[in-house]
Amino acid sequence: MFEILEKKQIVPKEYDMWVKAPRVASHVKPGQFVVVRTDEKGERIPLTVADFNREDGRIRLIFQTVGKSTYEMSKMNVGDFLADVVGPLGTPSEVKKHGTVLMIGGGVGIAALFPVLKELKKLGNKVITILGGRTSDLVIMKDECAEYSDELIITTDDGTAGIKGVVTDGMKMLVERGEHVDYAWAIGPTIMMKFAALTAKDLNIPIWVSLNPIMVDGTGMCGACRVTVNGNIKFACVDGPEFDGHDVAWSELMTRLKQYKDQEKISLEKYLTEVGEM
Amino acid sequence: MMALNIPKNKTPIAEQEPEIRNHNFKEVVLGYTLEEAITESNRCLQCLTHPCVAGCPVSIDIPGFILSLRKNDLGESIKILKSYNNLPAVCGRVCPQESQCEGKCTVGLMKDHEPVAIGKLERFVADWAASHEEIEESPQLVESETKGKVAVIGAGPSGLTVAADLAKRGYKVKIFEALHEPGGVLIYGIPEFRLPKTIVKREIRAIEELGVELEKDVVVGKTLTPEELKDEYDAIYIGTGAGTPRFMNIPGTNLNGVYSASEFLTRINLMHAYEFPKYDTPIRIGKRVVVVGAGNVAMDGSRSALRLGAEKSMIIYRRSEKEMPARIEEYHHAMEEGIEFHWLTNPIEYIGDENGNVKSVRCLKMELGEPDASGRRRPVPIEGSEFTIEADTVIEAIGQTSNKVLLSAFPELKLNKRGYIEANSETSATSVEGVYAGGDIVTGAATVILAMGAGKKSAQAIDEYLGSKKKA
Ligand SMILES: Cc1cc2nc3c(=O)[nH]c(=O)nc-3n(C[C@H](O)[C@H](O)[C@H](O)COP(=O)(O)OP(=O)(O)OC[C@H]3O[C@@H](n4cnc5c(N)ncnc54)[C@H](O)[C@@H]3O)c2cc1C
Ligand SMILES: Cc1cc2nc3c(=O)[nH]c(=O)nc-3n(C[C@H](O)[C@H](O)[C@H](O)COP(=O)(O)OP(=O)(O)OC[C@H]3O[C@@H](n4cnc5c(N)ncnc54)[C@H](O)[C@@H]3O)c2cc1C
Ligand code: SF4
Ligand code: SF4
Ligand code: FES
Repeated sequence: MFEILEKKQIVPKEYDMWVKAPRVASHVKPGQFVVVRTDEKGERIPLTVADFNREDGRIRLIFQTVGKSTYEMSKMNVGDFLADVVGPLGTPSEVKKHGTVLMIGGGVGIAALFPVLKELKKLGNKVITILGGRTSDLVIMKDECAEYSDELIITTDDGTAGIKGVVTDGMKMLVERGEHVDYAWAIGPTIMMKFAALTAKDLNIPIWVSLNPIMVDGTGMCGACRVTVNGNIKFACVDGPEFDGHDVAWSELMTRLKQYKDQEKISLEKYLTEVGEM
Repeated sequence: MMALNIPKNKTPIAEQEPEIRNHNFKEVVLGYTLEEAITESNRCLQCLTHPCVAGCPVSIDIPGFILSLRKNDLGESIKILKSYNNLPAVCGRVCPQESQCEGKCTVGLMKDHEPVAIGKLERFVADWAASHEEIEESPQLVESETKGKVAVIGAGPSGLTVAADLAKRGYKVKIFEALHEPGGVLIYGIPEFRLPKTIVKREIRAIEELGVELEKDVVVGKTLTPEELKDEYDAIYIGTGAGTPRFMNIPGTNLNGVYSASEFLTRINLMHAYEFPKYDTPIRIGKRVVVVGAGNVAMDGSRSALRLGAEKSMIIYRRSEKEMPARIEEYHHAMEEGIEFHWLTNPIEYIGDENGNVKSVRCLKMELGEPDASGRRRPVPIEGSEFTIEADTVIEAIGQTSNKVLLSAFPELKLNKRGYIEANSETSATSVEGVYAGGDIVTGAATVILAMGAGKKSAQAIDEYLGSKKKA
């Protein structure tokens, strides 16, 4: 059982939690995730470790409510226990001194980008960060990212903050400005990562993306998380979740993410009815 | 040999009717009554050579437990069983008896006779004991100073066995399990209708009562490193199984509706998808299901699909009925339940619809050629034999390989050519001193009882190793 130590809502539908998980906290590296189960009947859901504190054995999870499990988790409070938190899973990010790195984050993916960005900064890279969202209020962790970035660019669809546009506009702007980028990371909605990867290809920038296929065990035992990368089947939970963005079969991933749409709807509606929010 | 006058056939056992059971997940075989069990025990000749014992990988005193049963001394009977086998209720249900104990039984070798139903009797005694727990003597725990600390990685049958045996010998044992429930394949692979989870849990509880500690949600290699375990424990046993699914790797493998059997069965068994939405994990089940392969895993997949409401559940296998590796009882049950078998058939492509869902399987007909390395005749495609089977769910059950999570965190550990851990077949010792390994992670996918046998031998070897280290 894993105790919730802190919890707050950061924007509508997104929550920030610290959880006691000493074994995870002492071993996790940027880019890794945990699998969480809220209770005995719960689904195993993967969530990135957004931050950690090795000394007092806690990890930070930032999540968006999209379906039954994440809604249920959002209803849990400080002092409650998650039934299971297992990890750290996946292969850590390739963090080293690259030179100039471009960190691109969108939506709740910013939470997953943050630990990588922080580590890259500590390793002495020049960090340029682009965070995107529909509107200013939905761009999370601006201050925390700014703290570990040499430059922070915001893009919003409606122009309420930063550049009016999408993250790829920010990427192009930088290159036009003459900025040389050695490596990029893009973490966010699948569609955003796809276009960031395509733009990076045009701009001749190598790019890592963090894939979020549906998982079950998260330890390489089921193959639910398989993705096609460079024509080969890879298991995102052990071979990834980060892959070379130029090699990912994006449309296959997007189709596979819809696999349980009908059942997810049933599950969420049943839950919302039970808690009286339907 | 004296003239024998025993019934030729095994005493019939009650089962759920096929048309009823193929719509529920309750156990298929209902088990013997005491009277039936005693009748069946009378078919045993108590033969002096008792070849059945040699057929059992853990050498259970089969005539012994059967004799006590015949005398209606079930307390003694379970004692005998438990002294050889920590999981008799499991083994009685899932061992491939026809190629082990029962395959060697003297009665079965007589003309027109079926062997003694050893597995069913073992199961009867174990189930009886479970409902009469007070009769079982509580184990003698060694309260004094322990003889040493042993870490076990993986709570499958192999790890559970080594842990129980070492605890009985006075060691302090801790099992680390990656999943949220212990049991390995017994929990996440073999379905409820063949092996009820309450039975597995009961047998695991008995092992915990021996003083074995169990921590779940620990993936060794990630959550803890092998180095940390080496520092804290005097010996380590690796029983991580052969959990990683293999895929055919033919076009269409990643279409929606194409599953590995591991995923399909894990969703159903470990995650209770058959009770969705009471449990949160969903599963997709189509009208027409094709399962590729013909081992126990394939039978479990196809029969589960039927129970989830598939209209037609088909097994396609590239060899013939004769080469099929499944337990004979599972094959019979599958046929009774209406599973359709397509022998000498191999898939070459899965075809999807415009939404990325699988809609059919392109297959080739095969014929058997020369024997291959396994001694079985190699299937070769028949030219121009291509045909299509409509299917909206496909389950590949073509085997597993070793999971690399622990192995890649433990590079000193020597692996064999097939990627499994190299271990001494008698002692289970690996290339690293103080580290032992057994079960599927050494042999590749095999059987519950072989995994347990390796655990038993290894407990003996670890005891000797730690004993000699103490003296030195
Ligand atoms: C490696 C990894 C890291 C992730 N990190 C984060 C994170 O830090 N914060 C965050 O908010 N989300 C993260 N996700 C996504 C998160 O796991 C899903 O949003 C969550 O599982 C949805 O569960 P649900 O029951 O609430 O919704 P559901 O109703 O089950 O599903 C809603 C949507 O989520 C996706 N999804 C469903 N089940 C899974 C599953 N088991 N694994 C992955 N995706 C699934 C589906 O595409 C579906 O459309 C991550 C995913 C992966 C693979
Ligand atoms: C569907 C199916 C049906 C079967 N039917 C039969 C049958 O009828 N009869 C029969 O005799 N055999 C059957 N088998 C085979 C039998 O189940 C296996 O041979 C046996 O379970 C192997 O036992 P094991 O202890 O070696 O491994 P497993 O049972 O695989 O257990 C390994 C355990 O280790 C855990 N683990 C893995 N990696 C780590 C890690 N890094 N850290 C911590 N824990 C870890 C796993 O989560 C798992 O719990 C079947 C197998 C399957 C898949
Ligand atoms: S453990 Fe298996 S092989 Fe041994 S006697 Fe029991 S059923 Fe037969
Ligand atoms: S071989 Fe058969 S008849 Fe002989 S002791 Fe064993 S079970 Fe009894
Ligand atoms: S989630 Fe099961 S193999 Fe990756």
